[in-house]
Amino acid sequence: MNWLAQHRLALGLVIGRLARTPFSSLLAMLVIGVALSLPLSLYTLVGNIKAVAGSAKLEPQITLFLTPGASADSVRQIESQLKKLNTVGQFRFIPRDRALRELLQDTGLTDVAAGLDRNPLPDAFIIEPQSADPGELESLRDALLELPKVDNVLLDTVWAKRLNAMVSFGRDVVLILAGLLGFALLVITGNTVRLQILSQRDEIEISTLIGATDAFIRRPFLYHGLLQGLGGGLAAWLIVSLGLQLLNASIGDLAKLYAAQFLLQPIDPKDILSLLAFSSALGWFGAFLAVGRHLRKIEVKP
Amino acid sequence: MISFSQVCKRYRGGHEALKNLSFTVEQGEMAFITGPTGAGKSTLLKLVAAIEKPTSGSVVVSGQNVGKLRRSAVPFLRRNLGLIFQDHKLLYDRSVLENVLLPLHIAGFPRAESLKRARAALDKVKLLGLEKANPISLSGGEQQRLCVARAIVSRPAIVLADEPTGNLDAGYAGEIMEMFKSFNQVGVTLLIATHDEQMIARYGGKTLHLNHGELHP
Repeated sequence: MNWLAQHRLALGLVIGRLARTPFSSLLAMLVIGVALSLPLSLYTLVGNIKAVAGSAKLEPQITLFLTPGASADSVRQIESQLKKLNTVGQFRFIPRDRALRELLQDTGLTDVAAGLDRNPLPDAFIIEPQSADPGELESLRDALLELPKVDNVLLDTVWAKRLNAMVSFGRDVVLILAGLLGFALLVITGNTVRLQILSQRDEIEISTLIGATDAFIRRPFLYHGLLQGLGGGLAAWLIVSLGLQLLNASIGDLAKLYAAQFLLQPIDPKDILSLLAFSSALGWFGAFLAVGRHLRKIEVKP
Repeated sequence: MISFSQVCKRYRGGHEALKNLSFTVEQGEMAFITGPTGAGKSTLLKLVAAIEKPTSGSVVVSGQNVGKLRRSAVPFLRRNLGLIFQDHKLLYDRSVLENVLLPLHIAGFPRAESLKRARAALDKVKLLGLEKANPISLSGGEQQRLCVARAIVSRPAIVLADEPTGNLDAGYAGEIMEMFKSFNQVGVTLLIATHDEQMIARYGGKTLHLNHGELHP
């Protein structure tokens, strides 16, 4: 018989065994699923934050606010000064009317604006410096502060950098958690396979006596680990997807209150595939370790 | 076919089960090993099936030095042996038919061919009508016949039986022995451990008398 039929035989045997004890099989998969859903949900959240952070511009930008009520003359004066500074790359002027209009558009706070009797925003310049070097940015900011009628100068890369750092911190946490819970998965699979081996003691012993190779004995247990890991991965996917749905329901309500559109993105299909591959491989490996340890202990005593 | 030369077997703890044993069983022979309990009959059979290794001396089965076999080669030796146990060693979580199919699955026969062979083996031991039953529901004699069917289903050249009739009354024991005789007539080599001297007297053949691990002529 070819190896394919041998594998089908082992797989059929294992599926039969799993089906005979549906409750404990599902419970084992659920335990693995819960363990895996923790890093998976964190990973999905970090992915969502990264998507938000990714849409923000990470090139350094300097915003220069004029004192309220600065005249058109002083705007022109600053414009010509900016052209002279060779550390300044491109810049654009944002008049206070447009700034208010854009703010209202972006945030949907039109009702609030109706209550204002005058525009509270100052005129502003948005400047893209030539260099992203923190030292040069600092000295440019100092130079800009010297200009007349300048109220404040903001270097607005800091928050983006902080967010980026947070995201990469989150990713590290995910990695560590995934490592720890992957280990838990190994232990869980190892234990269920150990119990399987003990309950199949007679079969193993008799099969060995009538000419079964180690591979033949080992195969069903490896499939057991693999299937259990796969089931655990599927359970984790289900748990996290359900969680995202629930969160999105409340996030939707929250965002609606701010007239904004924001929903957590579902798990990427590619990530689901890696999750299933990861959990199956770990299940297989856990079974492999357990089988190696425990089969040797079963002494053949005819 | 089976040849022992100067075989000693000492178990851990110092018990010497076999002492300087030499004999040969030719192909197609039906040989008996007899002697009181603890004489070393089971140990001798275990050495043939590579379940135990000799402490010294050589055990040669079908031209292979069994004591020197690599672990990975042992299964292939055992597929050419049919093993029959006093306690049957059946699997009670599956049907009679599945029990007989097990050696064929292990040896890797295709399903259709396996079924044909398994039914033929069950027919030989007159259990064909019970193929769907669970072995636990069979009588002692039927369980022993099922064990015989499992041993012969892959058509081994050698059958080893350890007290095959030990727990059976005379009628059932006779049935089993008649089966062994018919296997022997088609060329199977049999090595049967028993303390039933009457049975040996009836069926004759080579007899090895063991006492305290030594051969008595």
